[in-house]
Parts: sequence; C-alpha cells; structure tokens
Amino acid sequence: MTLDRRNFIKLLGGASSLALAACAGTGGSLSGPTGGRRVVVVGGGYGGTIAAKYIRMMDSSIEVVLIERNDHFVSCPFSNLYIGGLMKDLSPLTIKYDKLTANHGVKVLQAEVTGIDAAKKVVMTSSGEVTYDRLVLSPGIDFRTEEIKGYDAKSTPETIPHAWKAGPQTVLLRKQLEAMPAGGTVVLSIPLAPFRCPPGPYERTSMIAMFLKQHKPKSKIIVLDANPDIVSKAGLFKKGWKKHYEGIIDYRPAKKVTEVNAGNKTVVIEGIEDVKGDVINLIPPQRAGQIAVAAGLVGPDKNWCPVNPTTFESTIHKGIHVIGDACVAGAMPKSGYSANSEAKACATNIVNTMNGKELIDFSGINTCYSFISAREAVEVTGVYSVDKAKNAIIAVPGSVGVSPDLSEIEAIYAESWLKNILTEMST
Amino acid sequence: MTMKWRGWALATSVLAISAMAQAAPPTAAMLSNACAGCHGTNGGSAGPSMPSLAGQSKEAIVDAMKKFKSGARPATVMGRLAKGFSDADFVAMGEYFSKQKLHATNQTLDAAKIAKGASLQEANCGRCHIEDGKEGKDDTPAMASQWLPYLQIQMADYLSGKRKMPEKMEEKVKPMSKQDLDALLHFYASVK
Repeated sequence: MTLDRRNFIKLLGGASSLALAACAGTGGSLSGPTGGRRVVVVGGGYGGTIAAKYIRMMDSSIEVVLIERNDHFVSCPFSNLYIGGLMKDLSPLTIKYDKLTANHGVKVLQAEVTGIDAAKKVVMTSSGEVTYDRLVLSPGIDFRTEEIKGYDAKSTPETIPHAWKAGPQTVLLRKQLEAMPAGGTVVLSIPLAPFRCPPGPYERTSMIAMFLKQHKPKSKIIVLDANPDIVSKAGLFKKGWKKHYEGIIDYRPAKKVTEVNAGNKTVVIEGIEDVKGDVINLIPPQRAGQIAVAAGLVGPDKNWCPVNPTTFESTIHKGIHVIGDACVAGAMPKSGYSANSEAKACATNIVNTMNGKELIDFSGINTCYSFISAREAVEVTGVYSVDKAKNAIIAVPGSVGVSPDLSEIEAIYAESWLKNILTEMST
Repeated sequence: MTMKWRGWALATSVLAISAMAQAAPPTAAMLSNACAGCHGTNGGSAGPSMPSLAGQSKEAIVDAMKKFKSGARPATVMGRLAKGFSDADFVAMGEYFSKQKLHATNQTLDAAKIAKGASLQEANCGRCHIEDGKEGKDDTPAMASQWLPYLQIQMADYLSGKRKMPEKMEEKVKPMSKQDLDALLHFYASVK
C-alpha cells in the first residue's frame, strides 16, 4: 500500500494534477506493485469521476488513481445552450478535479493514456506506466470518420465542427454561427444511432434555430438525419419546432451523409445529393473511445464494448470494466446520467469483489433534459435493472416515458439537474 | 454467501467477477445512489429546485414516493420514476436517506422574512413540522435547510390545488396571506 490520503495530500501541498504527474513519474509508486488494492480509472467525465469518488467513499482502503488527459472537464449536456447563445461562456459546464483529491483522496494523474496491457495489468501513459488490480475505462466516444469520404480526422473538424465533445469544438461552432451572414444556411448532419446522447442532435437543432430566429433573419437550418425519424422525444421536438421555428428548420429524415468537402462547405448524401451550407455541423458516426478500441475491448460490431450487466466488467478482458457511452448497457441510453448510474454500480461491485463480498444487482436511472426554447424543456426518464434470463439491462416496465408537453418547470428542474450532477462529479 | 466461498474469493485475487453465478438484489445503497445524480451525493441537493433527501424520515419518503406512483402528488419525472420501484424499494430508500445527515444549504435569504416566519411557525405549523422543521410528525417531511425555490414551487402547487394539502395544513394555510406563507418558507430554508 502506498501513502494514505492525508499524507499524500500533505506531501503534495495542495495536490495539483501536475504535481501528481511528477509524483507518478519520479516516485515510481504508480508503476510498482499495487499492494492488491489499486483501482485505476481512465477518463474524468460523467462516468469516471463518479466511479473514482464512490469507490473511495465505499472503502477508503482502496487506492484510486484517476487518469485524465485534461486538467478539467466540459459537460456535453447543456453545451447546446451555449451554442444557442444562452450562456456567455463554458464555465457553468466546466469542472475541475481538485476536490475529488481533497475530499476523497482520489489521486489524479493528468496524462494521456497510450495503451493498456490487460495481461500484465498495466496502463501506459505519457507520464509512465501505472499498474492496477482493476481498471475502469470511461473513455466516452470517438468518431468513425473513415465512413465519411473526404473527412480528415485532424483537419476537417477545424472548419466543419462536430462539437460532439464539449470544449473548443463547441466554441468553434458558436463562432461560426455568429460570423454567418443573415439569410445563411446551417447544415446539421446526424449519424445513424446509436450515438452519444440520443436527443442531443435535436436539442442542438432547436438551439441553433433559436439563435437564427433571434440574430440571423431569413436564415435556416437543414437537418440531414441518417435515421428514419427523430431518435428521441420525437413528438415533443416536432411540436416545439412547429411552435417556435416554423420555416427555420428544414428536417430531412433518412438522409445519410457519406462525403464531405470542407473546401466548398458541401456534404454529399449517399454519394448523389449535394447540400451546401454556410456553416456545417457534421456529427460523424461513433464508436467507443479510441483507448477501448486499441485495447481490444469492442465486440463483434467493432464499435462498442460488451460488459457484464451487473459489474460492467468487459466480457473480453477480465479485470477491465467499461462504463458510460463506450459500453453496451442494454436498454440504457448513452447519456450522462446513465454513465453516473453505471459508475456507481460498477464501483459497488469492484469494492465488494476486492473485499470478498457478494455482488449486488444493478439498479439505475436515466434522466435527460432537452431545451427547445430559451425557457422550455422536455425530458425522458427511466429506471433500469438486470433481466437475469436475458443477462442484460432492461427498462423497468412503466418507468420509461417523456414529458407530456414542453414546459417552463422542466427547464427549471433541468438547471438543478446540471448543478447537482456536476457537483456530484467534482466534490 | 458462505464463509467457505468468501475465503476462496479472497484467496483468488485474479478471480473474474463474472464467474460469480448469482448476485444479490439491489441494496438500499444501490437504489439510493441512483437518485443522487439529481438529489446530490447522499441526498444533499446542490440544485435549488431539487429537494435534499438527506435527513428525511423513512415515513416521509415512502409517503412521497407512493403518492408520486399513484399520481396523487403532481410531478414531472418523479411519477414515472416511482413506477420503476416497489413499495419495499421505497422503504429501503427511505431508511437509507433517513440515516444521512440533514444537508445544510448555503442560500441567500431575506432576514426580515426569516424573522417574520420565525414568529409565525410555532403556532401555525409547529404541531407537525416539529423542531423548527428539522423533523416531521409521522410522514410530515423535514423542511429545515431545504432550498427556498423548491419550497416555493411546492407551496404554489398547494395553493393552486395541484398538490393536495393534508386537512390540518389546509386549515392553517387557507387564512394566511401569501406574504406570511413566503416568510414561513424563508424561515424553514434558514434553519441549519
């Protein structure tokens, strides 16, 4: 066992991520033997922060190392409100990790994960190797850019933002909208499901339409949806669009973008139909975060990570758990709240396993809000459990449903949802 | 789980979790942790329109969840979420949150209203909202340190008839002015 929490913090004198990285590199404590009680968590988003915190809350004798490439995290939920002009910057969506260290003794290592050796139980990082007894991956998503002709993973998003990972991409999309002349055309391309945040593209459509209505008269947004219909909360979005954005939103289902030309700002549908835009927001098809793919954790579909529905342990590599958008969580949608619930169940069963106690069946919740106008939101909720016969996570009958209508009270609750879930992740 | 099995699990550090055949039903903690995304870790809410559940009595939580499930209490998400759980789950969650320490909120409140509310509360509400609202008689919820916006939303639902008041509460609330009611809410929100 290495340092206990109090000594560790004292040693670092405030425990900044950089100091920790230095510690990991020089002290060798993270690359040596684990003492049998070390969990490494990769990814400091909706899943990873919660897994790290709850393991420590449940058993402070377990050492937890959270590895994250950035010193902060920007929430995708609510980032559409920034794009629509309802927030002046991303600070309400940004969390830091220092209180997870101060309050719970989570060791935060700011480093890029470069590989995983599942047999040796080692994570390779830009700051050296980190050994583990159990590994939790919460890597989020990456893009199947190879499925879009002309898309260069590095350069294309610099002019054609996806803005599907919050941060600089989100800021770029808003700047492009602000710079667009009145009467311009925005093109939003939605990939085939499953993708991160099923209602997200339609909330984005609403927020961009709201921005255009207020600031760019005679502009419109063309939505090219690869899916046959709106994937989530369809009735509510259609109602909201009719109420607020008639003539602004041109929604086109079953239009799969297969090619992009960044030079003349054009996308091509199924190789035959060109659509040009002044601003193009192309959300590519998705798969589990790169590190999970590289570690061989994706299943036969080559995209998502199959896991045990009780423990979230990979069915491919023992000792590695995958939570959040990257895993196959049965009926649970790829949402921030799902990741939060999955992280807690995963933490519970890792702690119980390490302590030789019995496993506990999964019980989780999803609650997901979408804004349609500046003051109206809608939501979808559900309670989820394990169906033992199917060995899969299912929705508890009667618990899944959406708001009866657009409402201001849902928007008020949505604001508190954000406040609570980000506070949970960062304190 | 037998001691024999536990000993073997401890001894076999490389044991794959998925090899374990049966898992126990969700515990109170498993059920309650899922609520914390909206109601805060251990039920201490940081969001002004979401109530803290920490420190509520088991009876108050079971009563609220049953009313959400039946539709007797108006709701947005809670009506549907309550349908995902059994009465036994409600009891487990109620016991869990009742054991958490009352959550002290840090909110800006009007001192004059707090003082006015303090002068009104004992005579009007004190029989059920006991100990300055830190506790509740039977299934009466604790209100101490609850977020003011949450309390105001609930009171608006009571006054509009969307949420039904208990008879004793109705007798007291009906004759009161909106200013007095708001003062009472400020008072309860201020109690630490």
